[in-house]
Amino acid sequence: MTTISMTVNGKSVSGDVEGRTLLVQFLRENLQLTGTHVGCDTSQCGACVVHLNGESVKSCTAFAAACDGAEVTTIEGMANPDGSLGVIQQAFQDHHGLQCGFCTPGMVMSAADLLQQNGSPSEAEIREWLEGNICRCTGYHNIVKSIQAAAATLNGQSQAAE
Amino acid sequence: MPKDQGIGASSKRREDVRFLTGNGNYTDDINLPGQTYAYILRSNVAHGTITRLDTAAASAAPGVVRVFTSADLEGLGGVPCGWQVHAKDGEPMKEPKHPILAEGKVRHVGDPVAVVVAETLDQARDAAELIDLDIDELAPQIDMRAALNSGVALHEEAPDNLCFEWHFVAENKDAVDEAIANAHHVTTLELVNNRLVANPMEPRCAIGDYNRSTDDHTLYTTSQNPHVIRLLMGAFVLAIPEHKLRVVAPDVGGGFGTKIYHYAEEAFVTWAAKQLARPVKWTSDRSEAFISDAQGRDHVTKTELAMDENGKFLALRCETYANLGAYLSTFAPCVPTWLHGTLLAGNYQTPLIFTNVRAVFTNTVPVDAYRGAGRPEATYQLERTIDKAAREMGIDPVELRRRNYIQPDQYPYATPVAVEYDSGNYIQTMDKAVEIADRAGFEARKAESASRGKLRGMGIASYIEACGIAPSSLVGALGARAGLYEAATVRVNPTGSISVMTGSHSHGQGHETTFAQVVADRLGCDESNIDIVHGDTSKIPFGMGTYGSRSLAVGGSAIVRSVDKIIDKAKKIAAHLMEAADADVTFENGMFSVAGTDKTIDWGTVALTAYVPHNFPHGEMEPGLEETSFYDPANFTYPAGAYICEVEVDPETGVVDILNFTAADDFGNVVNPMIVEGQVHGGLAQGIGQAMMEGCVYNDDGQLVSASYMDYTMPRADDLPNFAVDHSSVTPCTHNPLGVKGCGEAGAIGSPPALVNAVIDALSGHGVTHIDMPLTPRRVWEAINA
Repeated sequence: MTTISMTVNGKSVSGDVEGRTLLVQFLRENLQLTGTHVGCDTSQCGACVVHLNGESVKSCTAFAAACDGAEVTTIEGMANPDGSLGVIQQAFQDHHGLQCGFCTPGMVMSAADLLQQNGSPSEAEIREWLEGNICRCTGYHNIVKSIQAAAATLNGQSQAAE
Repeated sequence: MPKDQGIGASSKRREDVRFLTGNGNYTDDINLPGQTYAYILRSNVAHGTITRLDTAAASAAPGVVRVFTSADLEGLGGVPCGWQVHAKDGEPMKEPKHPILAEGKVRHVGDPVAVVVAETLDQARDAAELIDLDIDELAPQIDMRAALNSGVALHEEAPDNLCFEWHFVAENKDAVDEAIANAHHVTTLELVNNRLVANPMEPRCAIGDYNRSTDDHTLYTTSQNPHVIRLLMGAFVLAIPEHKLRVVAPDVGGGFGTKIYHYAEEAFVTWAAKQLARPVKWTSDRSEAFISDAQGRDHVTKTELAMDENGKFLALRCETYANLGAYLSTFAPCVPTWLHGTLLAGNYQTPLIFTNVRAVFTNTVPVDAYRGAGRPEATYQLERTIDKAAREMGIDPVELRRRNYIQPDQYPYATPVAVEYDSGNYIQTMDKAVEIADRAGFEARKAESASRGKLRGMGIASYIEACGIAPSSLVGALGARAGLYEAATVRVNPTGSISVMTGSHSHGQGHETTFAQVVADRLGCDESNIDIVHGDTSKIPFGMGTYGSRSLAVGGSAIVRSVDKIIDKAKKIAAHLMEAADADVTFENGMFSVAGTDKTIDWGTVALTAYVPHNFPHGEMEPGLEETSFYDPANFTYPAGAYICEVEVDPETGVVDILNFTAADDFGNVVNPMIVEGQVHGGLAQGIGQAMMEGCVYNDDGQLVSASYMDYTMPRADDLPNFAVDHSSVTPCTHNPLGVKGCGEAGAIGSPPALVNAVIDALSGHGVTHIDMPLTPRRVWEAINA
C-alpha cells in the first residue's frame, strides 16, 4: 500500500492504494465519486474520462499511484459554483445529447477538453475527437449538436467578456 | 399546464440533470455495509466434461470468504425459460436445464463453473486463479447446420441439437409450394443475419442482500424488468415468495434487450447473501460481458418470393436456421418464431406465406432478443428479397413496393401470418422518404460520383414491426409463461402533487419525462408536480417491464387508465364540495367547474379534501385519491415506415461511405418529438452497426475471437452521418388510449436492409447481387473483384 494525495475537483484528498489500483478505482471506491464510469477493460469506451492536470485521460488507464500530486477534475466538478449545469452539461440537456447517461460523464469531460483546445470545432473535428468515446444510445447525432451548441455559447460568452 | 408542456412538447429530460452531474445511481455505484465481492471462474473451453474441480487452495487464499461450485447449490432450480414453443409435430420444445453453475459439463466459453466470494474483488480474482479445474474437451458444435448432424449432443434431451422445428403457417405449406411452382417468376435469396452483441455501455451488475431480522431478500440488478426477475428467480430458482423478495433496478445504463433476461449471477448473489449473511456484489467486466450477456440475431435464411408478370406478390416461402446458443435464455424460443414469422407479411398483401424454422443448440453464448428481436430478421430477409426481385423483374424498387403495399383503406388488415394490423399508411411514409432523400436528384449525384471514380447507390426499405407486446390471452396461447399487461398506480398526494408508480422501466428512454407529460396533459397541471417512480418492486404494484417498444403503448396506457379513474373520483369530490350533481361537473386545465355557473374549485382543494375528509361524500366513496390499473392491450401496435440510404463505395478499397440516411416513420401519436427522434437515431446507429461493422466471430474451437471493444467494432462518432428523421406521418393506433405505437426499435429494424440495398445498388454494375453483413471493406472489395 502507498499513501497518495491529489486535488480532486478543487479539494485535497489522500488515500492508501495498491500498486495496481487504477485512478478510476481510487475515484469510485476511495472517494465515492461514482460519476466516473467503467464501461470496458481495454481503454476503448471513454466512460471513465477525467481531466488530469487539465487534459482528458482515460482514468482506467492511469495508476492511482502515478497520479500522486496531480490535479484531477471529474464530472462532479463540472457544474457551476451555484450547482446549476455548466455550459457543456446544459447543452447536452438542451439537445438531448444523452439517453441512458452511462457514457455521458466521459463525453462531457472529453468535449470540455476539445473545446479548450479548439473553440470552434467543425462537425468532422468533433466526430473525430470523439473516436475514443463510445455511445450506444444516441447514434452521436445529438452529442455532436450538443458540443456545437456549447461551443457557440462559450464563444458568445468570451466575446461578451471582451 | 404551461403551453410548452404536455403531449407533443419536446420537454427537456428531467433525468438528465443527475446523469450530467455524476449523480446517477447505477447498480455498481451502490455499496452496502459489510459487502463481499464475487468473482466467477468461467469455462475457457466451449464444450467438455469437468473431470476435476478442486477449490481447496482458493478457499484458503487471503480474504476469501467462501468458494462455491454446483455441489453447493443443491436444491436450486435452473435458470428458467419464459416461453415454450411447440414443434411442428405438436411436441413441446426440448428444454434442458440451465444450471446456475456448471453441473459436470461446460457448454460454452464463459459458462460459469465456480464463484469465489472474498473481502475485495482483487482477492476474489486472485483466489480464482488457484482453482484446479480440468475439463475433458468434447467436439465443439459451433456451426448450426453441422451441429444437427454431428452426433455430438450438448444436451441429452436434444440428441441432434435441435430444440424444435417450427412450421408457420403450417396449413399454408402446400398452397405456398404450389404457388411457387407455378409462378411467373420466383426470386431466391440466401442470407445471414449476423450475430450481434448488444453492448449496453453499463456492464451487468448484481448485488444480493439479506435481512436476518425480517427474512427479506433484496437484489439490486441491471434489469429492464425487475418484477419479471422477481417472478422468475423467486418462483423457479430460489423458491422465495414475492413478499420476501425485493428487486431493485435503479438507473440502468442501456439494455437493448440483453438486460431483459434473468441471469444466473442474479440468482447466485441473492442466494449467497443469505448463506454468508453478508451482501454479495458481482460486477461484470466487459470481457466477461462478451461471453455471458445474451447475444442477438444469428439466423441463416433462404427466402423465395413468387410473383406474377406485374410483380404482384403471390407467395413467400422461407427456411431459417436460428442459433439458440448453449442454453435457452428467457425469451429465446419466441424470437425466431412468433416475433419473426408473424412479421413476414411486412407491409405487403402477400396472400400465402410459409416458413420453416429450425432452432439449434450450439456451444456458443445463449442468444435472445436484441433491439427488434425477430422483426429485424424478418424485415431484412423480406426487404432484401424484394430489392433483388425488383432488379430481376426490371421494376423500380419503390414502384414494386407500392404495387404490393396494403392500401390505406384496407385496415384493419388481417395478414396470412396471424396478426391484424390496425392502422397504417405505407405509401405516405415512402413518399416522405423519397422526397426528403431527394430521390429525383439521385442520378445526377451518381454521375458526379462516377466522375470521381466512385460508385453511388441508393437503398430503399420499408418495415413494419409488432410492438407493445401484447394481449396476454394471445401470447399465452403462443407459449408465453407470463401475462404481458402493464400496471400503474397514480397517487395524488394531499398537497396535490402526483406520484406515478409504473411497471415500465427506463434505461435511457426518458420515461420520467414522457410519462410526466402524459399525466400533465390529462390533468392540466405542471409537469414538475409529477414524479415518476420505477424500478423497485417494493414501490410499484406490479410490472412486466420495458422491451419490444411497449412502454408508452402498454405502460403509458395503464397510467392513462389510472389518471382517468382519479379524475372520475376527483370530480365527485368536487361535486360534493360545490353542492352540484356529479354529471354537471367538468374538469379542465386543473380546475373543476359546474356547468352553467361560475362555481369553480381547484385541484389542490380537491386533493386536500380527499385526505382531510371533513366535508366529504363518505356515503359514496372512501377517502384518499389513488388508483391502480392493469392494462392488457387488445392487440399489438404496428409502427411502420420507409428508410432510404445513400452510399458511395470506393471500388479501389471497398470502403463504404454513408452519405445520408432518411427515416420516415409512422409511430402514431408522438408525446415528445425530441425523445422520439433520439430513439430513432440510436436505432439507426445500431442497425447501421449491424450492416457495416458488427459481428460475432467464433472460431472452430468455439472461442469468441471478437470478445472486446478492440475486436468487436461498434459505430464511433466518425462512422455515422447525421440522420434525416421524419415522423409526420401519423395513423394513430386504434386500440390504446394514447393512439401511440412505439418507436424504440424501428431504427434498428429498417436500417440494415436500406443500407445493404444501397451498397448492392452501387455495385449493380459489377454483377454483385448480395453480400452478407457486415459489409466490411474486405467483403465489399472481394465482391467487386470476385
